[in-house]
Amino acid sequence: MQETDAIIAARREMEICNACRYCEGFCAVFPAVELRREFSAGDLSYLANLCHGCRGCYYACQYSPPHEWGINVPKALAEVRAESYAEYAWPKPLASMFNRNGTVVSLMTALGIALVLFLTMTLNSAGNFFGAHGTAPDSFYEVIPLWAMQVVGILTFGFSLVALAMGVRNFWRDAGPKDSIGPIAIAIALWDVLTLKNLGGGGNGCNDNSEAFSMRRRYLHHAMFYGFLLCFAATTTGFIYHSFLGWPAPYPFISAPVLLGTVGGVLMLVGTIGLTAMKFVDDPMPNVRRLLGGDVALLMLLAMIALTGLFLLAVRATGAMGMAMAIHLGFILAFFVVLPYSKMVHGVYRSAALLRRAIERNMKPLGGE
Amino acid sequence: MPDRTKTYDVLVAGGGNAALCAAITARQAGASVLLVESAPKAFRGGNSRHTRNLRAMHDQPNEVLTDAYKEDEYWDDLLRVTGGNTNEALARMTIRASSGVFGWMKDAGVRFQPSLTGTLNLGRTNAFFLGGGKALVNAYYLTAERLGVEILYDTEVVNMNMEDGFIRSVDITYKGFPETVHAKCVVASSGGFQANLEWMREYWGDAVDNFVIRGTPYNRGRVLKNLLSQGVASIGDPTQCHAVALDARAPKFDGGITTRLDSVPYSVVVNRNGDRFYDEGEDVWPKRYAIWGRLIAQQPGQIAYSICDSKAFPLFMPSVFPAFKADTLEELAVKMKLDPTKVRETVDGFNKAVIPGQVFDNLKLDGNATQGLTPNKTNWARAVDKGPFYGYPLRPGITFTYLSVKVNEKAQVLMDNGQPAGNLFASGEIMSGNILGKGYLAGFGMTIGTVFGRIAGQEAARRARN
Repeated sequence: MQETDAIIAARREMEICNACRYCEGFCAVFPAVELRREFSAGDLSYLANLCHGCRGCYYACQYSPPHEWGINVPKALAEVRAESYAEYAWPKPLASMFNRNGTVVSLMTALGIALVLFLTMTLNSAGNFFGAHGTAPDSFYEVIPLWAMQVVGILTFGFSLVALAMGVRNFWRDAGPKDSIGPIAIAIALWDVLTLKNLGGGGNGCNDNSEAFSMRRRYLHHAMFYGFLLCFAATTTGFIYHSFLGWPAPYPFISAPVLLGTVGGVLMLVGTIGLTAMKFVDDPMPNVRRLLGGDVALLMLLAMIALTGLFLLAVRATGAMGMAMAIHLGFILAFFVVLPYSKMVHGVYRSAALLRRAIERNMKPLGGE
Repeated sequence: MPDRTKTYDVLVAGGGNAALCAAITARQAGASVLLVESAPKAFRGGNSRHTRNLRAMHDQPNEVLTDAYKEDEYWDDLLRVTGGNTNEALARMTIRASSGVFGWMKDAGVRFQPSLTGTLNLGRTNAFFLGGGKALVNAYYLTAERLGVEILYDTEVVNMNMEDGFIRSVDITYKGFPETVHAKCVVASSGGFQANLEWMREYWGDAVDNFVIRGTPYNRGRVLKNLLSQGVASIGDPTQCHAVALDARAPKFDGGITTRLDSVPYSVVVNRNGDRFYDEGEDVWPKRYAIWGRLIAQQPGQIAYSICDSKAFPLFMPSVFPAFKADTLEELAVKMKLDPTKVRETVDGFNKAVIPGQVFDNLKLDGNATQGLTPNKTNWARAVDKGPFYGYPLRPGITFTYLSVKVNEKAQVLMDNGQPAGNLFASGEIMSGNILGKGYLAGFGMTIGTVFGRIAGQEAARRARN
């Protein structure tokens, strides 16, 4: 990490936290702070990505504004976190995608839809594009050939996975520990990721807009995350059905791909819309306002993927299917392309940070009463 | 806005732990309650916002406390720190009651850290609030609001109109405007007077200009002074206060826990003139930090400087302010505006006086001493010779004052004639001098506040509703 204003500000706050330590029961950040007496830029990037933004420490802090020290840990760490996304982006020139990320994600989304629509309409006759295909086998692929879906999907998603992996590698080198990764550490980190244990203010939930604790954010994130996984499972099942079992789409409503996708889509919609709504009612003080655009753009992109997927299911036997599928795939294409240059990266860096925390779990705090 | 036409069952003066425990308990008992907090909402909670734990008796381990901490051990600890400056009946009652507060606190929204984390050597005697005292205060305010306690911030009690030991009305300033409110009973939970520098000056002179007030600037002792001027009995030495050594760069008020400095036992400490003045290694720091507040208050300019080398630097908690650092002692002295020759001389003299061949152990009283110095250092004495060198300036930090209103076991305030006031109760720092007349025991202020807050709330509600 570069030595920036955000790093300097976060370092000052972490040094104050390290002399106080009252918040050590809230989450993984403070026990990690207690292992250090000096904070390198890489350490701060690690702590920033470990922070889930539950705001428990902000409301509990005796030094939060208007105290003259103005300690605001969730905000200071969010600033560093945002800078770390750009710092670790691969390839490096694309790091600028994280500036005005909301605009970038929105533009890419619009381009993705336009591109898929344009190509589909160019490659199809109007009769085919707007025709009712029924639910006969392969009807989807009459509009967009399967090979085209697979080639574009594999190329874009594949590149994004490589870019994410390179980003994590950059993070690990910058902030990563020297100790080796053991199976117990991996298990602990996985548990922390899957349960969002640290998004819970020590088990009581987040402080959304007051001192009161609430599990709302954690549950909404679970809905979105597990909904996303169910949708991914639906796609994978469909792929297996088609490629290995020779059962072409579309599938009946009572089938694994459609049921998984429907439940997943509804959960994703609930999660993304709920989380977006919270952005507007949450206390703005522990937030970084300029990051709101990128957050909301990604939430809306995910919501639109879910919504258009459900819409496609509803109209798949009608003349609107061609259009609905093109738009749905347009959103998915956009998602694949922006994946490593959007808020989605928080998932991989935070998982890596949790893994690092699990590796150093047995280290002893420095100093102490 | 305060309701001038209404007669509240209970008025609580103050907004910290003791006040909130009284207000919530009174409300739970069915009383209508008005809580008057002199601080604005952002700084509500008095000194409780800077606390972290509560000392609680327990006969067996529970969710938040390890092992056992029984009445007699607790009482012995209290007797030791107060040097007998306590009231055994009230103290033992408080200690016994401390074992039963958890259920009520949890119901009122307070969360605790699990017993295995946190500061381990206090994990047996003290229950740590998750997130510290401000989180506790936040939880209590939420509960008070939910129960329907009326809360006024920026509102100070300026005068209790007392007739024959009975409070007829209470004059307040509400956001600066004078008002008068009526209540059948009053609970005084408004803390000590350590933030009232003019009052402190009466006993300490201009030295107060060099004191740091560790907690809230709102504990000005207005209610305390008002009551004592109207025939309420006092207890506790008015000239005494709990003073610790802390980093001299702390803000004048509200610096809280982070300004503490644990470097003294592993350092050489000199005054402004570069002279040592006390045995830095007399005992472990938790047992000595309060003595050092007073010691520094007696030095010229109320300032001292802790100097150590790179061997000692990793042995204590980091302070919130960076240490002065230099490769030589002379440079360090110059950075701290001390006479470099004199500091060199003092440290050289100290180094020569260290008895050689001793085994250093920072985890116990290791007996590493100097000989031939006045004063000698009796533990952890090692030559200060391995650069870079580190220095911290120290000042007295005032935690609280001991002067209190006298109370009985029902939290009733007693008048000079020994009779209880008709409708006045007290809890927290304003009455802690009854039990803690000297010294301090970590987390005991919160114990007194919680136990007496609940008694005061209960008794006030009962009296008001009869």
